[in-house]
Amino acid sequence: MAATMREWADFSLQGQGGDATVVVEGPLLVSTIGSLDRKLRTFDQPVQRIDLSAAAAVDTVGAWVILRFAREHGAEIVGASEQAQTLFAAVDGGDATAPINPPRPSAPYRVAEATGQLVVGWGHGVVRIVGFLGAIVVAMLGILRHPSRFRGRALVRQMELVGVSALGIVGLMSFLIGIVVAQQGAAQLRQFGAEIYTINLTGRLTMRELGVLMTAIMVAGRSGSAFAAQLGTMKLTEEIDAMRTIGVSPMEALIIPRILASVLMMPLLGFYSAVIGIIGGAAIADATLGIPFLTFLLRVREVVPTYDLWVGLIKAPVFGLIVALAGCYQGMQVEGNAEQVGLRTTLAVVQAIFMVIVLDAFFAIFFSEIGWE
Amino acid sequence: MIGEQDEAPGAEHEVADYDPRYPIVIEGLTNRFGTHAVHNELDLTVRRGEILGVVGGSGTGKSVLMRSIIGLQRPETGVIRVFGRDIVAAEPDEEIGVRSRWGVLFQGGALFSTLTVGENIEVPLKQFYPELDRELMHEIARFKTVMSGLPEEAASKYPSELSGGMKKRAGLARALALDPELLFLDEPTAGLDPIGAAKFDELTRNLTDTLGLTVFLITHDLDTLYAICDRIAVLADGKVIAVGTVPELLESEHPWIQEYFNGPRSRAAADSKQRSAENARRAIDNPPPGKA
Repeated sequence: MAATMREWADFSLQGQGGDATVVVEGPLLVSTIGSLDRKLRTFDQPVQRIDLSAAAAVDTVGAWVILRFAREHGAEIVGASEQAQTLFAAVDGGDATAPINPPRPSAPYRVAEATGQLVVGWGHGVVRIVGFLGAIVVAMLGILRHPSRFRGRALVRQMELVGVSALGIVGLMSFLIGIVVAQQGAAQLRQFGAEIYTINLTGRLTMRELGVLMTAIMVAGRSGSAFAAQLGTMKLTEEIDAMRTIGVSPMEALIIPRILASVLMMPLLGFYSAVIGIIGGAAIADATLGIPFLTFLLRVREVVPTYDLWVGLIKAPVFGLIVALAGCYQGMQVEGNAEQVGLRTTLAVVQAIFMVIVLDAFFAIFFSEIGWE
Repeated sequence: MIGEQDEAPGAEHEVADYDPRYPIVIEGLTNRFGTHAVHNELDLTVRRGEILGVVGGSGTGKSVLMRSIIGLQRPETGVIRVFGRDIVAAEPDEEIGVRSRWGVLFQGGALFSTLTVGENIEVPLKQFYPELDRELMHEIARFKTVMSGLPEEAASKYPSELSGGMKKRAGLARALALDPELLFLDEPTAGLDPIGAAKFDELTRNLTDTLGLTVFLITHDLDTLYAICDRIAVLADGKVIAVGTVPELLESEHPWIQEYFNGPRSRAAADSKQRSAENARRAIDNPPPGKA
């Protein structure tokens, strides 16, 4: 076949009525058969013979198209080369009716099915995640009874990954958020001549809300997704099955270190984030509001009540638990193929952030009800 | 679309002195990972129409050699010509007019996991010949599935629903989708049971004879070597230390070849080859039908 110009296969009809012959010309190859195939599909006259003596070359696709045409018209194939005959035998198999694409029901049916599956999936998901939480608690109690089964090294390693290596990005994020809160707050408060309250705003907001909340979102994106992807890949490569057969419980070796690391590191990261946020606010106040850096920090100590610190520190481990739980749970649900890993990782992050924000709203109401406002 | 003018892809990588009897020519190939040289001035020529078995101990760079030939691994130095096109000079994803002429079966099958077997087979067809009728593509997918020794129903199954052996057959079906002239098989029988492996060997031999393929076959399987390979290339010390038929290799002095072909497993494979010689002679008189 010349590379510069594609020579398409074609045919001509010789004879009439009871003695018609289709003479096929040109190469019968997958690269040249496209138009001939279309023409033969719509050809509806009776044919007695198919003459291949003018066909230049044949491959399996060409052989298949000719064979199908011959069957449909009850025609006889003449002039086929020895190679062509071998190929006819090779492609002749199966009744050629099996579906290629997966079955696809009609659109209204699919919508109803998808909705139903979503609802049932939610129901099962809630039950399963409670079950998962229960399994974790049981495993923790088991570790309390047999402390030798506790994996200290794994815990330290996870604490490093979740906490220490997140210091840079969490710090940068908190510093910038502190700047934004102080700068925007000052712009509004200036209208009442109450610029000094920028310190209250920045100090209390970062301690109570922003520090922990933004850190939880960052940890969900960094570590929650990593948990889901790691555990999911380990499930696909049968590593988790291998652990079970050796007698190592994946719950003890993989999940508990991750959950504990998140629960322990979240309060530290959240507090760190609040402190950096206040420093960011102080820096911008020093630069644009004329409040000296140290004055800002000293004033924070006076206006931020201690219980603001407790609000942040109480929420943080709960958020850490939710992030780690979502990541580990979704990772362990991976089955089948690589697409699942991506899907479950996305789910882990979305669920974690959603649950963190919902719970944060509950916490806000709860703490103001008990007088910590 | 008829009479459409096609630019010849990769014409600038065409080599003047291409001899169609040798679809793959490798000269002075050197591959290095860090300081470790996997290949050191390796030469190899594959003849048209043969099944070339490539053997060598673990870590001698059999898979790296295959990846170099199909352009997935850029060698440090050396010349690789496939169908007279210079593979090394081309960019990794550049269309140089050879990809539609070869098919590759990776070790695990490497099927696209979100597509059914049939859809997997249609991927190369859609890529290279989008003008084909949808119905014809489905028909091609079906008969290629059957040709590769899978039941027709397998066409609508997802790879995760198939056994290891079936995945390899499905991978073979996809490799054969475009009726390639050149077929690369990376350890096709690894992980298959002996019966499945023997059937896969038979399938490879039949398809090679029926479709006129040239096969580059990496294997550890001595039975495969004895049963279907026309020539065997032995990789050791970063080079091809010998190429030839089994009797030719047996005369080699090289200790690794001696150990390889005179070990207990090799003798067992040779014996079983002897036993099946009678059947093979009968099979030559009545050539096997192309159907697998």
